Amino acid sequence: MQPELELVCPAGNLPALKVAVDNGANSVYLGFRDDTNARNFTGLNFDEENARKGVSYAHGKGAKVFLALNTYPRTQGWERWKKAIDQAAELGMDAVILADPGLMQYAMNNHPNLHLHLSVQGSATNYEAINFYYEHFGIRRAVLPRVLSFAQVEELSGSTPVELELFGFGGLCVMVEGRCSLSSYATGESPNNCGVCSPPKAVRWQQTTKGLESRLNGVLIDRYTDEENAGYPTLCKGRFVVDGETYYAMEEPTSLNTLELLPELLRIKVRGLKIEGRQRSPAYVAQVTRVWRDAIDQCMKNPHAFVVRPSWSAELGKISEGQQHTLGAYHRPWK
Amino acid sequence: MKLSLGPNLYYWPREKQQAYYEEISDSPVDIVYIGETVCSRRHVMRLPDWLEVAKMLTAAGKEVVLSTLTLIESESDLKTMRRITENGGFLVEANDMGAVHRLAKRLPFIAGPYLNIYNPQTLGLIASLGARRWVIPVEMSHETLLSLQQARPTGIETEVFSYGRLPLAFSSRCFTARFHNLPKDDCRFLCINDHDGKTMYTREGKPFLAINGIQTQSALSYNLIGDLDSLQQTGVDVVRISPQSKHSSAVIRLFRDCIDKKLSSASAMQQIDALFPESSCNGYWHGRPGLDQTWKIHAT
Repeated sequence: MQPELELVCPAGNLPALKVAVDNGANSVYLGFRDDTNARNFTGLNFDEENARKGVSYAHGKGAKVFLALNTYPRTQGWERWKKAIDQAAELGMDAVILADPGLMQYAMNNHPNLHLHLSVQGSATNYEAINFYYEHFGIRRAVLPRVLSFAQVEELSGSTPVELELFGFGGLCVMVEGRCSLSSYATGESPNNCGVCSPPKAVRWQQTTKGLESRLNGVLIDRYTDEENAGYPTLCKGRFVVDGETYYAMEEPTSLNTLELLPELLRIKVRGLKIEGRQRSPAYVAQVTRVWRDAIDQCMKNPHAFVVRPSWSAELGKISEGQQHTLGAYHRPWK
Repeated sequence: MKLSLGPNLYYWPREKQQAYYEEISDSPVDIVYIGETVCSRRHVMRLPDWLEVAKMLTAAGKEVVLSTLTLIESESDLKTMRRITENGGFLVEANDMGAVHRLAKRLPFIAGPYLNIYNPQTLGLIASLGARRWVIPVEMSHETLLSLQQARPTGIETEVFSYGRLPLAFSSRCFTARFHNLPKDDCRFLCINDHDGKTMYTREGKPFLAINGIQTQSALSYNLIGDLDSLQQTGVDVVRISPQSKHSSAVIRLFRDCIDKKLSSASAMQQIDALFPESSCNGYWHGRPGLDQTWKIHAT
């Protein structure tokens, strides 16, 4: 029987895939080792052989595997993306996660049995958009951008036959995914085209008399005193100056954590709960998967009596970005 | 090449908007996009007001296009979008796939810059659904565009964002409200005071981005007036100028004169520099970081 709420966990490599499955993921998602996916980082992701091993391992334990092909191919790259779809079908992936309509059309025409999920990079924030992909390409599931309030998700869920998957935990994009070119503005490389945001190769750290500075392609993203914890210079999480005031103008370094929303997510029949973090270590994936498995199981047993256990929060708190949690846009005042 | 004026991305008082379009009706621009594309809370101009502006501009000989909101979240946003797609007279620029869904195979439409059309397959698909013009993503280079142009279906025009602060990102969070320590639901519409957005500087004082409600823009103005030959060679049909609070008519005229070869790009560039002393950028068109400027006039 299919679980009511699927725990969808990140796999940046084979060891991460195995620990995700071993610790209770219902599905794992992964990408190939190139710019066909939105975590195109050195040393990360799967070649064909490892993908085959991963699919075999997950299927052997009853878990599903989704392939993220969620960047937008440009003309020159089309063949590579097309081949990735063919490979996904050949490898027996349970779904491909796509953003580009042209690719969806290709997949539908050439691999009619391959399930299609609309990536968060597809920026579908309303049911008319989701139903567009459903009617034209028969998508089974849509991953919602991290910008909707819970009430908006609920409103949307009643108006589409497409399953919904939500981000539950991990890094938080403050911008609508698929609609952010900040990274390419500063560095030339964006999530849409290159599968990277604020890419490591553009980062420079420098100790100066004013403090430790982080730069992206020369642009000063932040400066830290000795007492402050320096964070990775993701462009939207830097401190900038507006009308003479220096502050986190877009977003603090913080992580999304929706544990407390679990009963509500179950009630409105959200199908997938996604954990962000293919770039994180297998140890991280194991820890997060374990906590969320436990929480989902507790919630499904008795949603009305569900309370977030302090031990879960403590464990997740230890490993979060900036060690702060937020409900993000699900909680309206965040906006 | 034709000239268009994109939708006004800012929230100006009603009188300023109306006066602005009165002025535009007299300028040598061929196409005018109007409507609120950024924030659903902005309300000084409602659809009936826009339709009045549309009629006035049509009477002045302009092609008028109604643009939809880009980030459509609520049922009320959807209602507004449907009223635009079903306006019954004017062409519509779809800035979200939800709007495309309403228009596909029913009415011809313009595919806006936020639809993420990056390859010939997607362009072909959008054209087959009824798009008669598409606006390229702002981050697209002329090299990538050329490869799409070579495979472009007949009957669809290509438009390029060519002047103004670049719309780079959308969020559901309002950064203007955040600056004022106000919740978005009680934002007091303070973005009405920032006629070109609020510039965001780095901690060493370099203008980097600009906040415009839920939208983040470049602080530098994108300016392809020095690249018009290259736009022409790439088969671009429409050059888009984005409204800024000052000198729009002058900028339109300079672009017009340059396209008509009455003015050299060097001279046009100098004249724009005189109007806007802060520097500009053109990196995206050249396949570089967007904030780069390849035009060397500043260096001399």
